[in-house]
Amino acid sequence: MTAVVRPQSPLVTVAPVLELRSITMEFGAQRVLQDVTIQVRRGETLVLIGESGCGKSVTTKLLAGLLEPTRGEVLWDGRPVRNRSARELHRDRLRFGYLFQGAALFDSMNVFENVAFGLRENTDLKPDQIRDVVHERLREVGLAAAVGEKRPSDLSGGMKKRVGLARALAMSPDVVFYDEPTTGLDPVMSDVINELILQTQASRKVTSVVVTHDMHTVRRVADRVVMLYPLSRVAPQQPQLIFEGTPEEAFEFSDPRVTSFVRGEAGARLKEMYAA
Amino acid sequence: MSASLTTGDPTPIHMVGRLVVNFIIAVGDLTRFLFQTMGGLVGQMPRSRVLWPVMYEVGVRSVPVIAVTGLFIGMVLAVQSYDTLRMYRLESRIGSVINVSLVKELGPVLAATMLAGRVGCAMAAEIGTMRVTEQIDALKALGADPISYLVVPRFLACFWLIPALTLVADGVGMFGGWVVSVQILGVSDHFFWLYSQQFITAFDVVSGVMKSMFFGAAISIIACHRGFHCGNGAEGVGRAATDSFVCSFIAILALDLVLVLMLNNLYRLLWSLGIQVI
Repeated sequence: MTAVVRPQSPLVTVAPVLELRSITMEFGAQRVLQDVTIQVRRGETLVLIGESGCGKSVTTKLLAGLLEPTRGEVLWDGRPVRNRSARELHRDRLRFGYLFQGAALFDSMNVFENVAFGLRENTDLKPDQIRDVVHERLREVGLAAAVGEKRPSDLSGGMKKRVGLARALAMSPDVVFYDEPTTGLDPVMSDVINELILQTQASRKVTSVVVTHDMHTVRRVADRVVMLYPLSRVAPQQPQLIFEGTPEEAFEFSDPRVTSFVRGEAGARLKEMYAA
Repeated sequence: MSASLTTGDPTPIHMVGRLVVNFIIAVGDLTRFLFQTMGGLVGQMPRSRVLWPVMYEVGVRSVPVIAVTGLFIGMVLAVQSYDTLRMYRLESRIGSVINVSLVKELGPVLAATMLAGRVGCAMAAEIGTMRVTEQIDALKALGADPISYLVVPRFLACFWLIPALTLVADGVGMFGGWVVSVQILGVSDHFFWLYSQQFITAFDVVSGVMKSMFFGAAISIIACHRGFHCGNGAEGVGRAATDSFVCSFIAILALDLVLVLMLNNLYRLLWSLGIQVI
């Protein structure tokens, strides 16, 4: 079995802003992650790739503190999350912005209220200040202020993602999580979202964690790539995290599970399916 | 969470054991959820822009359906009671039969059942959909506690407003009973109200209203709990709504029995202490 590549880039000396340490995650009888260790360094864009159901979104939610691991430790700035009080957890979580897979906009609110939600709940800003911030965030993602009056159900998939991004950025986070930001979008809109991720990275110097299947997104935005493999198909005693390196290294890697995924080749997987 | 077999086919003993374990787990989980809600109540009151829409939905928009069902219940009670009472020449007392039944039992239970059907199912489906579409995770990610933001306002709205809905059901039911008894069946208007007044005590009204508050609390907790533990997809949301109504209805009837026993004992205790309960 191939070893995990750990590139010695200059970023390696920077303290991890987020870390999963020997994490195992179970939902009832179903184990999704087993002994996974991942570090996210300050200022980098880490991309999580892997087949559907391999635990990418769960990994992201664990990093963001939205789920508690069955075993193992989640650390923010080197300090375990479980040692934080509820107030600290609440305060520290506000450093994160999260763009959910389906945008997860609140159906009962219009676009303006969605983007303003975090500001209204967590700040003492006056209504006109909140309005200015919301309009600024909408403008940053290429949406007019008038869109604020619309309901999420009136928006296209691309607009929902952009509103979701505006909402994630409203509180000026240090870390932004993108869960499958381009899934279900046409190629042009996918590239628009990729461009917004890059712009956010450049203008705000945020740390980013991106979950995606889209290798175009990987090539455009990733500093570092981590690949997870579905636990049900991992051989005993073998790691679930099968690759860690740069996007270029992923395409040249020796493990066929990695190369077939990044090149979009079904050969090995088809053989595996028929053998099963 | 549920109990599961590790080996072999389930025997009847296994199945009974699994049912018991699952029941204990479900009750424990519901109790923990109740304590979390109480914790949310102790923290801070929900903001008015969150609370008022829920109160409007629970209180104002439930009035028509509770009024219509209350009206028909009062009318049906009158029709069903009249023949039996007339056999004993007691038809003039029909007001007491209808109105005592409404105030002590049917009003609170009817209002709670309609609330469980109209509001409880909607709560379970709405919160379930929010869970399935990651909106609950989004709340957490945006610094809001889902229990305080979603459950506490619904709990307060049900707890505070069900007494008013119960009084609406009582009042409209009495009117329905009066229409059928006095206007259609020819019972004396004077005796209808006279016997009603003689047989209904303030304790009956207060105990009915108090029972309804427990029903309201149970409905909101069960509905929100089912929503938070909703399965995936449309089937999961549908099941959450159905489970919410079934569990709420069973809880209403079980609570009714327990509360009736407690309130009757309280009544006897007050009576024995010489405290006049009119």
